[in-house]
Amino acid sequence: MKILYGMQRPDEGEIRVDGSPVGFHTPADAIAAGIGMVHQHFMLADNLTVLENVVLGSEPRRGGVALDFAAARKKIKEISDAYGLGVRPDVPVEELGVGDRQRVEILKVLYRGARILILDEPTAVLVPHEVEELFDNLRGLVREGLTILFISHKLDEVLRVADEITVIRRGTTVATVNPKDVTSRKLAELMVGSELPSPETRESTVTDVVALSVRDLTVRTGDGRPVVENVSFDIRKGEVLGIAGVEGNGQAELVEAIMGMRPCEVGTLTLGGVDISQWSTLKRRAGGIGYIPEDRHRHGLLLESPLWENRILGHQTRRPNVKGPWIDRAGARADTRRIVEQYDVRTPGIDVDAATLSGGNQQKLIVGREMSGDPVLLIASHPTRGVDIGAQAAIWDHLRTARAAGLAVLLISADLDELIGLSDTLKVILRGRIVADVDPANVTPEQLGSAMTGAGEGV
Amino acid sequence: MSGFLDRMLGRVRLGGWLAVAAPVIAVVFAVLITSVVLLAAGKDPVEAFTTLADYGTQPRSMAMILNTGVMYYISALAVAVGFRMNLFNIGVDGQYRLAAVIAAGLGGAAVAPGVLNIILVIVVAVVVGALWAAIAGLLRVYRGVSEVISTIMLNAIATGLGSWLVSEHLGVLTGNDLGTRPIPDDAHMPGIPLIPGTPVLVNGFVVVAVLLGIAYWVVLNRTRFGFELRATGKSETAAVASGVSVKKMIVVTMILSGAVAGLIGMPELLGASYKYSNNFPAGLGFTGIAIALLGRNNPVGMAVGALLWSFLDNSSNQLQLLDISKEIVQIMQGVVVLSVIIAYELVHRYRIVAEQRRVSRELAAPQEAPKAEATA
Repeated sequence: MKILYGMQRPDEGEIRVDGSPVGFHTPADAIAAGIGMVHQHFMLADNLTVLENVVLGSEPRRGGVALDFAAARKKIKEISDAYGLGVRPDVPVEELGVGDRQRVEILKVLYRGARILILDEPTAVLVPHEVEELFDNLRGLVREGLTILFISHKLDEVLRVADEITVIRRGTTVATVNPKDVTSRKLAELMVGSELPSPETRESTVTDVVALSVRDLTVRTGDGRPVVENVSFDIRKGEVLGIAGVEGNGQAELVEAIMGMRPCEVGTLTLGGVDISQWSTLKRRAGGIGYIPEDRHRHGLLLESPLWENRILGHQTRRPNVKGPWIDRAGARADTRRIVEQYDVRTPGIDVDAATLSGGNQQKLIVGREMSGDPVLLIASHPTRGVDIGAQAAIWDHLRTARAAGLAVLLISADLDELIGLSDTLKVILRGRIVADVDPANVTPEQLGSAMTGAGEGV
Repeated sequence: MSGFLDRMLGRVRLGGWLAVAAPVIAVVFAVLITSVVLLAAGKDPVEAFTTLADYGTQPRSMAMILNTGVMYYISALAVAVGFRMNLFNIGVDGQYRLAAVIAAGLGGAAVAPGVLNIILVIVVAVVVGALWAAIAGLLRVYRGVSEVISTIMLNAIATGLGSWLVSEHLGVLTGNDLGTRPIPDDAHMPGIPLIPGTPVLVNGFVVVAVLLGIAYWVVLNRTRFGFELRATGKSETAAVASGVSVKKMIVVTMILSGAVAGLIGMPELLGASYKYSNNFPAGLGFTGIAIALLGRNNPVGMAVGALLWSFLDNSSNQLQLLDISKEIVQIMQGVVVLSVIIAYELVHRYRIVAEQRRVSRELAAPQEAPKAEATA
């Protein structure tokens, strides 16, 4: 997608537009070739009018310097009428709703003469009736001879709107199918990959002791829209609770709320029977919550600091890192060496910066750190994302061992094999709500995939 | 992943000789540029630099350079505390001047005798500086006002407030100089005959400055507070995820920076002029910003920077003997700061590449260890 829009260059292969090969260096080249992109996050200036936003960067000139707003307004009207977009050019963007803004984005691209539109997850921000309107608009565009590339995780939407579907998994094309010949179930299977490693049979270590109890947790965005809604669950000691869901359905917000990094409304939030809903993040961590963050570079590491300082991060109130208000260098360094050894972090020493390690080794360091100090609960967000296979297996082993020793784990992942293989209990999250409980012992990735994408019968 | 700003503000480590190489290269480069300017003006650069060096190595000038350098150094420390966590305390200037006015007024009133008066003056200066800086910290935390803007505004307010205090409440007219009542003799900070061969004494605050430099290093590198401060500066997101209360850190750091800023005027007040008047040195806060950049917030680096700056300022008058405008020194100071930033950037890139190469070389034996990610 980035390559098609000229933001990134391909290593090999070629792109043909209308049969002739093209090469893009910048998005401007792509626009010149008639390819326009509608971004998932709108790129509009709120305080300008629709007209001003549309012409921004390609203003029509009159006599060299003056802007020809009249011509622009006329052109916008024409485009809007031709495709039935219903855009009003003189309204400030800040007064528009999400659906209208999206139409402005589409118009912006058309104004620049695009004949091929790339839409990146266009429905992610829309409510159902806006999705309907968008689909009507898209059908209108297609009738007028435009080509649309519609990128989405949501299978039902793809099936409804597309004339042809290409499934991409881990960067390769898996299949190209006709929506008339395929069911959402089959599509989910293609998306997920049917080759599932046999989930190993193992002893359940789940106890009766509840480690974390969450009741009616709701997280709202700044404008009051719930991104997590009335989520409730218990995790017992020795249990791995998996949360399955397509990314962006509230998982990140749920985790941040439990960590105390994001304000939320919650009925009950107890750790080992103690109410922690008013605790600070630091207190929650000190109280025994380990946290493997989704984005290790943003939340898990100080990239430009040595490994032993990273060992202290998030554990700066506890031994062996500190003695009172003082940093215990010797203690922290010795314990970093222990982690490096036990978790097989490949590094020439503990004084190199975290940035110099590979992703897998960075992640092993984080896992080792978060397992230190006898946590009661571990929140593992995508613990093996972007990690090589060897490190992945090692991290899984560590999680299993800790679980056997009585650790409660909240596992969030987009990797269905990982979820099914590790979890004792599985819940499916969709648009911020828990929509299904699944038994990992009896579920297939296809069934799970359907449930995650809301593609119908559930499980 | 570190931004250019992180590197400029010294939140990224440089190892070993590289840390020294960059400023040396920068100074050499500044000398070159200044020579070109001198040549263009038809002057002899060799003669100019010899004059500067001759002057700077005389005992009398060395004592004076040290005395000015002490104030520059304390100012740089105040700025650096904020820089280490991404806070731009541009208001050091207003904080130290307001602190000096109020402390001078109180010292002149001589409510306490002798040494007690000295301590009182210092404590009041620290508290006033801290409170004035706290305003900017609170505005940032509770109202989202950028501390850059608020501290610049507070500088202007501090100037007005200071003049008002002096003219309406604290000032007495001596000759035609309006200033605060002089601090009595028993509350003067004694000088130290540190440099032999000159009757000029070194300001007693040189000891305070050294202690402050040590304290700065210890607090930042050896305490939990310092760790949280540096972590916040390096990655606010990681700090939040690690349970650091960023809001609290912002207020505390601003207060700390302002407290140190309160000390900037003390060498002058308690060791030289003994009163706050129109002749009280101004603009030290901005000098501190330049020196903090020059020394990359490193306590030793800033000490060297402060002395270099002070040397250039003190000896600039000598150039007039050669019929060279003394403003040539300002060109040199400016070029030093700019080229030091560029030099650090180059050295930093070199170091990253070198370290990655080293790590992959040392790991090459067991298996193909892909190191590409580190650059991501």
